[in-house]
Amino acid sequence: MLDILPQLLVSGLLIGGVYGLLSIGLTLIFGMLRIVNFAQGEFIMFAMFGAFWLHALWGIDPYLSIFIITPVVFGLGQLIERVVIKPILHAPHAMQIFATFGLSVVLQNLALTFWGPDYRSVQTSYTSQSFIVGNVAISATSLYAFLVAFLMAGALMAFLQFSRDGKALRAMVQNRYAASLMGVNTDRLNRLAFGAGVAYAAVAGCILTPIYYTYPTAGVDLIITAFVVVVLGGLGSVAGAMVGGLIIGVTQTLTGFFISVELKDVIALVLFILILLIRPQGLLGRAGMEEVGTK
Amino acid sequence: MALDIVDLVAGYGDITVLRGINLSVPAQGVVTLLGANGAGKTTTLNAISGLQASVSSGAIRLEGTDLTRMPAHERVEAGIAHVPQGRQLFPFMSVRENLELGSYAPRARGHDKDVLDRVFSIFPRLKERLRQQAGSLSGGEQQMCTIARGLMSKPRYLLLDEPSLGLAPIVVKQVMSVIRQIAGQGIGVLLVEQNVALALKQAQYAYVLEHSEITIAGPATELQNDDRVRKAYLGL
Ligand SMILES: Nc1ncnc2c1ncn2[C@@H]1O[C@H](COP(=O)(O)OP(=O)(O)OP(=O)(O)O)[C@@H](O)[C@H]1O
Ligand SMILES: [Mg+2]
Repeated sequence: MLDILPQLLVSGLLIGGVYGLLSIGLTLIFGMLRIVNFAQGEFIMFAMFGAFWLHALWGIDPYLSIFIITPVVFGLGQLIERVVIKPILHAPHAMQIFATFGLSVVLQNLALTFWGPDYRSVQTSYTSQSFIVGNVAISATSLYAFLVAFLMAGALMAFLQFSRDGKALRAMVQNRYAASLMGVNTDRLNRLAFGAGVAYAAVAGCILTPIYYTYPTAGVDLIITAFVVVVLGGLGSVAGAMVGGLIIGVTQTLTGFFISVELKDVIALVLFILILLIRPQGLLGRAGMEEVGTK
Repeated sequence: MALDIVDLVAGYGDITVLRGINLSVPAQGVVTLLGANGAGKTTTLNAISGLQASVSSGAIRLEGTDLTRMPAHERVEAGIAHVPQGRQLFPFMSVRENLELGSYAPRARGHDKDVLDRVFSIFPRLKERLRQQAGSLSGGEQQMCTIARGLMSKPRYLLLDEPSLGLAPIVVKQVMSVIRQIAGQGIGVLLVEQNVALALKQAQYAYVLEHSEITIAGPATELQNDDRVRKAYLGL
């Protein structure tokens, strides 16, 4: 029974990387705009349908469709920020929840209307391919997804750390008034942050299409895990999202095998509650960050 | 060549804080704006930098350019630097990053090195603390960092909101000498102060804001001897 452990750990880590990528957009939007985007899952789902149709109609590989879908969603995200998010940035929490939850319902129903409720999947030449290392089998699609996830996380962290606008974004979170006094156009950065947040969802959607089913409520099922990951890793922390993703991935895989498949989501939620009790700022979050950010 | 505030009416929402004030800051030297707590000094600076306070009538002109309806970030580009009251640094960023953000505006880009050298010549202390988190600096260091950050945008006009607040007398002296130095380098300084005696010593010209209006204005030396100022603000 124990010789399966390496296999379980590897599978858990691979899926965990994808969970991390799913969560980055959510944590970015929350960290920068202090908005919980309940529609984040629907952006993932739209990207999945995009990748599905690009593949079905023109045979475009899902990994290649990242380069088509991500810019489109980035633009769309900026537009949605202008129309839906900007008016509620300083509104009461309840209003914000209604707005993004409403957006989620609208997007789900659009998908349902256009494409129906069917479960679809993308079959590629490498769908069932896997690499064997020792007595561990690594599925090609999971490995690619994992690599893309870490590449994207690294890129975002480097952007926030070193680029001019990245620094301005971090500054804006710490003190919005002072950032404006530095000549930072906070409206533009809000748009940028939301656009980037949903663009990350789009990348996640594209790399999920070869692994997961595509259907109108796919986002709902995926985003629950992402919420757990974000709270575990620390709200607003990109590195935290990746670490949190790996932990949840491994925990779910181990529970699924050793205890029961039905319990694997329960364990994640138990972890979620424990974190809230013991370390509410999450593993890599900064205590008090939520207050700092409202300045 | 000046920053001119003309018949400015401004406030927050329905509350009018400034009822038609006029003041002018020349391109070089120090002008001070005095007044009791809640008189509207910070509001005046906010109106000039285009944040929080809203202007309902009047005009703000920078050497002929009308700033009145300009978005805040463009005003920085036009040459306004506002050093806010209460050391509003980016607490979780290093001193270096705080200074870098000071030169975020396009007008300062590519000049970072020169400006940084100039800022270090004024604040040698900051050079030693570049990698420290701004939030962990001492109060005086934070104030210096805030002023230094304001200078990083190569401003033509510097608005300073109570830079001496909460500082030890010796540090206040340092800060005041820095302000004289800045004003001597061809930057127009608008200094808001509670410490009236000190402000009148630095400034060439002074305005007193009372009950939403400018009630006294004149050369600083004249105000030092003005009976109303002596009674109300100097406690003489
Ligand atoms: N954001 C705001 N919203 C509503 N009212 C405000 C706001 N900021 C200031 N005020 C009010 O405007 C008036 C002027 O405030 P302001 O901050 O300009 O005074 P001040 O002269 O800078 O005082 P101090 O010396 O205490 O800093 C006060 O009555 C204050 O309560
Ligand atoms: Mg004030």
